[in-house]
Order: sequence, then C-alpha cells, then structure tokens
Amino acid sequence: MRTIRNGLVLALGITMTAFGLAACGGDDGGAPAASDPNAKVELSLATFTEFGYEELIPEYERLHPNIKITHRKTGQGGPYHQDLITKLAAGSGLADVTAVEEGHLSNVLDKGSKFNDLPEIGPADASPGRWLGWKYDAAKTKDGKVIGYGTDIGPLAMCYREDMLAAAGLPTDPEAVKPLFATWDSYFAAGDQYVSKTGGKAWFDSAAQNFNAMVNQLPTGYLGTDDKLALETNQGIKDAWTKVTGAVSKGQSAKLTAFSNEWNSGFKQGAFATKVCPAWMLGVIEEHSGPENAGKWAVTAAFPGGGGNWGGSYLTVPTQSKHPKEAAELAAWLTAPEQQIKAFQAKGTFPSQVKALEDPALLGETDAYFGGAKIGQLFAEQAKKVAKPQYKGPGDGQIQENASSPALQAVEQGKSADEGWTQLLDAAKKITR
Amino acid sequence: MTVVDKIAPEGNEAGARTPPRPTLRHRLSRWDVKVSPYLYIAPFFLVFGIVGLFPLLYTAYVSLFSWEAGDDAPDFIGLDNFKELFADTQFWNALENTVSIFLLSSVPQLIIAVLLAALLSARLRGATGWRVGVLLPYAASLVALGIIFANLFGPKYGLVNGLLQTLGLDPVDWQAGRFSSHAAIAIMVNWRWTGYNALIVLAAMQAIPKELHEAALIDGAGTARRFFSITLPLLKPTLVFVTITSTIGGLQIFTEPKLFDAMPGSNNGGSSNQFQTVTLYLYQTAFENYELGYASAIAWVLFVIIVLIALVNFFLTGRLAAVKKK
Repeated sequence: MRTIRNGLVLALGITMTAFGLAACGGDDGGAPAASDPNAKVELSLATFTEFGYEELIPEYERLHPNIKITHRKTGQGGPYHQDLITKLAAGSGLADVTAVEEGHLSNVLDKGSKFNDLPEIGPADASPGRWLGWKYDAAKTKDGKVIGYGTDIGPLAMCYREDMLAAAGLPTDPEAVKPLFATWDSYFAAGDQYVSKTGGKAWFDSAAQNFNAMVNQLPTGYLGTDDKLALETNQGIKDAWTKVTGAVSKGQSAKLTAFSNEWNSGFKQGAFATKVCPAWMLGVIEEHSGPENAGKWAVTAAFPGGGGNWGGSYLTVPTQSKHPKEAAELAAWLTAPEQQIKAFQAKGTFPSQVKALEDPALLGETDAYFGGAKIGQLFAEQAKKVAKPQYKGPGDGQIQENASSPALQAVEQGKSADEGWTQLLDAAKKITR
Repeated sequence: MTVVDKIAPEGNEAGARTPPRPTLRHRLSRWDVKVSPYLYIAPFFLVFGIVGLFPLLYTAYVSLFSWEAGDDAPDFIGLDNFKELFADTQFWNALENTVSIFLLSSVPQLIIAVLLAALLSARLRGATGWRVGVLLPYAASLVALGIIFANLFGPKYGLVNGLLQTLGLDPVDWQAGRFSSHAAIAIMVNWRWTGYNALIVLAAMQAIPKELHEAALIDGAGTARRFFSITLPLLKPTLVFVTITSTIGGLQIFTEPKLFDAMPGSNNGGSSNQFQTVTLYLYQTAFENYELGYASAIAWVLFVIIVLIALVNFFLTGRLAAVKKK
C-alpha cells in the first residue's frame, strides 16, 4: 500500500512540494536542534480567519531568539480544514502548530494517531487545570491522548432587538427578558406571542441556527459513543426537531440561511427579533446591522436550556512536525491566560482559560453597540454554565452542515416536517456509511 | 524522404562499405528527417501524459478502491463503486439537473447567438465596438458574476424579485424550486457565454462568399429567405462545433450552482439537492466526505457520458456534411 500513498502524494503534488520545502527549509537535523538550545529552529503556525496572533508572534520571537515563526493565515475555515485533512492523508505539508476548529475536531480526533500527545511533550505548566474542564476534555481521543490546547470558545447567550420586543409588548430589560429565554419551550412560546402581536413578523433568523444549538446541548451528538449514527434512537434530537419545525410552521422563522447574503441584509432590515449569540456573534451583528441600528440590539446572560458552546478552536502538533517539543511550547504559550487576553483584546476571541475568565481586563469589557453591556462578564458567566463536552463522532460536523441544516432549510421552503426528517435521515446515513 | 530511406538497407552492419558512402552529414540529415517531427510534437505529449493521461488512468485506478482520504490501507473493491453509483438516486438526480440546466442554457444561447451574429454582421456604425461589447461578459470574473447573480436572485432582498413585485407579480423563491433554480443558473450561463458564441458564429458568417447572397438577391430572395436558405446551411459545421464545446462546458458546470446556493460554501446544490450538478456532487464526495474512490467513479462515469455525447455530435457532423454534398 506504500505505493498508493506515494501516488497520492504525487497526485496532490505541487502545493505540497512548496510546503514540504518550507518545512524542511530551516535546519534539518531535528535531534541536534533539541539538544543545542542556541540552534535556530523554524516553526510554522497555521490558522484561519482571525486568531489575534499578529502581535503575539513577534513577541514570542523576541523572548526566544532561536525560534523563527512563519504564520500561514487562511481566510475561510471550510477550505482550511479540507486542506488539513488532505495533508494529514498525504503525510506531509502540515504546519508544526496547526489550528483546528471545534466543528471539525471530531474528524481530527478520529485520526488521533497522527497527532502528538500534548501532556507528554508539552511544558509542565500547561496542565488541565488551566482550561475550563469541558474545553480541555473535548480534545481527548478515545485512548486518552490530548491532542489540542484550547484557544478561544463561543459561549452562548441570547441577543435580541429591544425596539422590536417593545413594539410587540414584550419586556425589554436584560433582567426582565431572562424568563423568556429560560427554556426552549418558553423561547418558542414567546415567539408565538411575538408573531401574533406583530402581525406575522419573524422571531428568529433560521431554524438551523436554533437546532444546532439545541443538539449541541445534548450529551451525545448525531452519533453515539460507538461512532454509529444514533439519529433514530436519540430522542433529544427528535424532540428538538419537532420543536423547531413547529416554530417554523407558526411563522417564527425569517428563513434566512446563516451567513448568506440575504441573512446579512436581514440584519439591516430588522428581519428577526432574536438571535442565538455565541460571543463572537456580537461583531457579526454589529457589522451587518450597521451604525443606523446602534443601541437597538441587546444581549442578556440567559440561554434556553442553560448554556452552550458554539465555536472555538484548538492548537495541535501533528506528528509530521520536525520540532514537536518547540511547537508544543509555542502552542502552550499562545494559549496561556495572558496571551488569550491579548488575543481577545485584538480580535475578540473569547478566552477558554479559567484564569483569563477572572481577569479584570476581560470582566471590565463592555460593548457600546449593545448599549454598553458588560459582555466580558456576561459571556464568562455563560461559559461556566456549560456542563461537559458533548461526545461527537466522526462526521458529526458534516451531518450538521450537509444533512440537518439543508433539511431544515427545505422545511422552511415548504416541505413538511416529516419529509424533512426523512431527508435528514437519508443524508446522514449517506455521510456515515 | 523515401529515397533517403532506401540508401542504407537495414541490418547491414558494415554500412561503411556499401556504395554510396553515407557521410556524417548525410546521416545527420536522415535522422533529422526521421526524428525531428517527433521531437517537435513531443512536448505536447509529455505534458499531456503528465497532466492529462496520468490523472485519467490514476483516477480509474482509485475508483476500484474504497478509499477515504487519510486511509493507510484502502480496500480493493473492484467495480463495487460503480455498482453503488448506478443505484445512487442522488447521482441520477444530479445528472438530471445537469442535463436540465444544460438544455435551458445551451438551446436559447445558441439561438440568440446566431441572431446576434446576424445583427452584428449587418452594416453598423462602430461595428468593432459592438462586437467587443458582446464579448465583455465573457471577460468578467466567473466567481464575481456568480456572487452578483446569486444576490440578484435572492428570495427576499433580491433585485429580480423586487422588480417582479413592482410589476405586481408574486416573488419567486429562486433557490427553493427545482425549475426556478435551473432557470436562474441558466440565465447566469447564458449571460456569460452568448456573446462568446455569437463571435464565433459571426466569424463563420463573414466567411460565407458574398456572391451567394448577391446571386440570391438578384433572384429576388428577401432577407429572411437568404438567412434560412444560405446563411444557416453554411453555418452548420460551425454550429456543430459550438454545440460540442458548450456541451462539454455545460456537463461540467460547477461554479454557478455552487455560488448560487444560499448556504455559503455549500456543495449541496440547494436544500434538497434541487440544483446539485454532477461535478458539484463529485466535489462534495471527494473533498467534503473524503470518499476518493467513489468520487473517482463519478468522474469516470461523467467522462464516459461526455465522450458518448461527443461521439453523437461527431456522427451528426458526418450526416450534415453528407447532406451538404448532395
């Protein structure tokens, strides 16, 4: 089978050669570099979208004169992770420190043998106690290896339009709205009230956004702990489906697919009154709603069904790396509390370390666009409400993207809830086959 | 050439003894004649071999495996991928979509291209300007066009639905319906390619001898009669060529349906695959589900379909040429 893999390497050729050269570029002997502290070591770091590491990298190089870091930054997460899996398959081309997003983590954990066990090679101070328990545990493989240091997280809260809730006669004060967002039942009941009082205006942006959050709150995702599809036996998922599609049939959904152009326009037009809100969503809302809607959005420390997490990443060290020890050290440093606070201040990535969550710099953070809400404190509070990591089998992310979200979109476009459920089952079976 | 060949009979080791003695110069020129042509065409075949033939054969090889990206030891499963593919409703659905989008785009496109060429070949002020003008859409970036058109056909805030509503018509959820999504994608394709095809047809039109038209004019044929009895029949070979190229392009359509999806980055071709084309399905299988073996099987079936259609076209060309001789 050796030849097959070599053939694949050949077929994927050009890009890899480029990166392969970059990886071998500096000094080749991995062993002498480890023993001689003054030898130059070149490390590569691959991230996507915004991690807030622009200022931190020169700082690390200043502190470690023998380390040179090449930062490979990619725009979109989707293509980045496709590339990651391909290079993992090819056996070369990955950066020494490779970022992995939470939604793609299950696919990477499935290939855990191709990553270093960080507690084994990493510095001693990067102990489990640094991180929120659920964040740390989510990067554990079945055989107990920890392959990623947690970077940011996406604790969930609820965002809402004060002016639109007021127009419907609903409470608007952050404390007073909390009961509306206590459970999913109260949330959808409030939606019914809102729709009837406004003459048919939408309560939330799209069914898929709520459904994803609901499924993420369950102990296991679309697959059971045996890595087999558990859609038909997981009653929690079926219940979530019934609730969400019921809300759609009552006109609560604005039917705007998240991150589409129509969704972007929808913010400006005030097409929906509430929005599932991970910490990083605030920036998205501000960008798309524009200055004319400043002060109309609000956020409160409540989320239906308790808490939840959506988004956030990990830094891994693939076994392809020639300098695993140095890479692990860099990853540990980048995810240490002080650096997480700096990244948060640079790009708003919400920290995942216990100490960082108690940092006055974070707790004092407010957001003028959201009426000066103390968002640092609010999301730190929400982060602690997440009970434990959900077990996600390999393919979980694909089922969410290519089975459940399209099926809900189909229901919004006119399919019945039952037809949609059948579509979800068929598509999920195809993905896990 | 043949004369040179006969000088030294093959197998005569003591070639130096036989009269007339071939000098070095003589031999060099003989090799030149024999070998040079192959050397001149070799670069194409080398490049084709590396970037064309090798991937083609390697894809065929991969299609015999159950091969997930990252597998250390893919299983050999023979033709099972193909067996599964022929029973795969999603594949047939994608093939139907592809053919439907292809027909909706190619048929009007070619008719308009011919009419446009006829108009462009008439005496016009600033003829070059008009001719360059029809080519402009082709020069624009395909990805940018895809994004712009997807915006235009947005169900709620799209310009097209805005216009429909101003006219008092119901808005259409373009992405939701099977036919409406195919029509919208076909409009994108047509906008880009019609001018390009019109120019090719125009070139052929200009090559038609003027005498034919003049003779017909003297016989009292009107514009329409001359168009149908002279221009169109003489355009047939060009039209067949244009049809073949747009068939190949149409069956491989990828960018337009990918960017038309409301879900950014999605390869689903709509919520229920209503406009997923074969290439989009292939891409999804290979780079989203990482099933390289199955994706290779799709690639090969698509290849065979394109070859079959090209053969049908080839056959038709032969028929048309035969008709012309009579």
